[in-house]
Amino acid sequence: MTVTASQQHVLLEMRDISKTFGASKALSNVSLSVHPGEVHSLMGENGAGKSTLMKILSGAYTADPGGSVLIDGAPVVLGDPLRAKAYGIAVIYQELSLAPNLTVAQNMFLGNEPSRFGLADRAEMRRRAEPILKQLGIGFDSARRVAELSLGERQMVEIARALTTNARIIVMDEPTTSLTTRETDRLFDVIARLKAEGIAIIYISHRMEEIYQLSDRVSVLRDGAYVGTLERADLSANKLVSMMVGRDLSSFYKKEHRQVTGERAAVLSVKNVGDGVRVHDCSFDVRAGEVLGVAGLVGSGRTELARLIYGADRKTSGEITLNGRPLAITSPRDALDSGIAYLTEDRKTLGLFLDMSISDNINIGVIAGDAKAGGVLNFARARERAAHAVRALSIRTAGTQINAGALSGGNQQKALLARLLETKPKAIILDEPTRGVDVGAKSEIYRIIDELAQNGIAIVVISSDLPEILGIADRVLVMREGHIAGEVTGSAEQPIGQEAIMALATGIAGHAA
Amino acid sequence: MSASETEQARMDKLKLRSTLTALGMLPVLVLLAIGFHLLSGRFLSVNNLSIVMQQASINTVLAAGMTFVILTGGIDLSVGSILAASAMIAVIVSLVPDLGMLGIPAAIAAGLACGFLNGAIIAWLKLPPFIVTLGSLTAIRGVARLLGNDTTVFNPDLPFDFIGNGTLFGLPWLAVIAMATILVSWFILKRTVLGTWIYAVGGNSEAARLTGIKVPLVLLFVYSMSGLLSGLGGAMSAARLYAANGLQLGQAYELDAIAAVILGGTSFVGGVGSIWGTLIGALIIAVLSNGLILVGVSDIWQYIIKGLVIIVAVGLDRYRLKGLGRT
Repeated sequence: MTVTASQQHVLLEMRDISKTFGASKALSNVSLSVHPGEVHSLMGENGAGKSTLMKILSGAYTADPGGSVLIDGAPVVLGDPLRAKAYGIAVIYQELSLAPNLTVAQNMFLGNEPSRFGLADRAEMRRRAEPILKQLGIGFDSARRVAELSLGERQMVEIARALTTNARIIVMDEPTTSLTTRETDRLFDVIARLKAEGIAIIYISHRMEEIYQLSDRVSVLRDGAYVGTLERADLSANKLVSMMVGRDLSSFYKKEHRQVTGERAAVLSVKNVGDGVRVHDCSFDVRAGEVLGVAGLVGSGRTELARLIYGADRKTSGEITLNGRPLAITSPRDALDSGIAYLTEDRKTLGLFLDMSISDNINIGVIAGDAKAGGVLNFARARERAAHAVRALSIRTAGTQINAGALSGGNQQKALLARLLETKPKAIILDEPTRGVDVGAKSEIYRIIDELAQNGIAIVVISSDLPEILGIADRVLVMREGHIAGEVTGSAEQPIGQEAIMALATGIAGHAA
Repeated sequence: MSASETEQARMDKLKLRSTLTALGMLPVLVLLAIGFHLLSGRFLSVNNLSIVMQQASINTVLAAGMTFVILTGGIDLSVGSILAASAMIAVIVSLVPDLGMLGIPAAIAAGLACGFLNGAIIAWLKLPPFIVTLGSLTAIRGVARLLGNDTTVFNPDLPFDFIGNGTLFGLPWLAVIAMATILVSWFILKRTVLGTWIYAVGGNSEAARLTGIKVPLVLLFVYSMSGLLSGLGGAMSAARLYAANGLQLGQAYELDAIAAVILGGTSFVGGVGSIWGTLIGALIIAVLSNGLILVGVSDIWQYIIKGLVIIVAVGLDRYRLKGLGRT
């Protein structure tokens, strides 16, 4: 079979795939076709629908009725992981799913062990594992325990496992995020070998260089919709970025009345902060009444930086000053006492006490200060604070004694925000303040942020939602791979462009511009 | 509007749920009492109820301490051993001429010291509570035996024997102490900052840390509290028996204490529960023991029935609350 002939043959075709979760549409009428032996990259912002589409392909999710999936031109029904596997679809997950205490061979045949008389046949396992490892050009012994392998080697085991079930389509979701450069090169070698065998790779990555190096074609998703596919010859950074971000700014962000001038002194100053692993040498200032946006892809170190500043994790370098006073922050308690508050990105697992009342949730940070002699709770004060917060932040609830777990996402977020505000912070870091929040609550949270800014609080907003950042921030820092890649400033005449941010976030700026 | 209707329905469901949770195992306790009375004809006599209260009291005190610990998502397996060691100390100190009354504070202080040690290891070395207290269960049992050279210590003239056998306004002192323990625990848990922190740490310890709560101090407190109350239990036990034996005393008491807490509806993962539930749980266990004897069930069958009742009661409780969205 010649290369061109195989290019014509369509191995996988997904047509009009849609997926709704409750009221929100994660995918609408997305189509994708993949040829044997090609690397087909999938790009899009965080939340564009790439992962959802791949979960439908792997059978983890069932697509809404109406769409169809064809393999070798014949319609198939996926909708359960075992069936997807039987059709030759394998997914290499970001979080590796190996059993560390088993050997390489055992992991390769996990759940699919060759057996004799009901006993796992180890010799047969090894006999079958060796040629696959050789095919991938992997040097290590199949009898080694996975725990002894590096992350990159473990990924190879995952790929080898896919080959034991005769996978023909392998999905790799950000496979290089935790790999060293050498391991990445090894992975690319393996991908080349797989291609030569006629196996199709669906490759998801935010890294432009990899996309250029590997892709035969690139498809772009945006807001759950299919935007287009570029052939290798037509690839250009500008085209890709505009395909990824091309949407209009909504009008409900508020920052018209804010006036931040350069003369206002910095409230929060962060200098050369890093942890030596995921955050390196980050410096920035936020002034009173200013909203500083922090953009960047997932994994770029934004949350990690915020946690270092807040004392949730230990920093290994750098200093933090508030109103010119250097702070020695070693715990969240220290940060709060100094006037720095942090809204976590994950309100359910890191923020709220779902089994405690809304009032307790709002008051928990200040009950010690409000307490009467002997640490006895001051219920009157707590009631007052809760009632006031519910009114000020329009938290919709039947009462303040109801458990926080009973609130909707938006109201939970507002309750958590209320907790921070009760500590009277001078600087506040909001990590994805509108994640999982409906449109109404979103605009209310924007209103609250705007009010806080007008009251002279220095605000840092971390967000993956570009239009949101552009809508509320006066200035935007962009992070990439643990560093601050750059700062984007706009003016009334020339607002900040999404392209500039995406370029910094993906590293195109230094690559193609 | 339909949205507000469903909201209303949800709130109603929540109210129902909190009522049921508060009610907890009380119906089971009442049914058991009535049942035993019908079967034996003398369960609900004043005399017998006084005995039940005495039987429940030491376990109630241990279970109160256990409630603090389990509310943070932990466990304290060492309470029985601490009780034994403290009881030994209570009797030994009571033998000191003129200073015999110091046996009580000495027992409590010894319990507190053991609990503090547990708490310090768990809070600062961040070792799992199950393993730490499993270790101290064994080690402190050894200490208890060491204290009396592995013999039983006696004091027939125990200066604080009124605690074990006397009454206050007609109520056994043991029951009065247990009730006071419950009230103090309730006050700490529901009326103080510390209590709120205990629930917060158990509900979500990482969120508690991010909120600025000093989680290690809270853990140190709950294990110290459990140790202190075990020490008090030791003094109560010594007062009742005029004696203590490091090998036999308090064996498997931790299991009854844990059973009382769980019967009382406190979540094993922490963050949810109440001290009143624990009281009811401890009473259920005492009622079962007493009632089964009155009815004439053999010792062996008492064990089997008690175990099954605990499983069935908790099972029913979970099943009943499941439909109401309890996690």
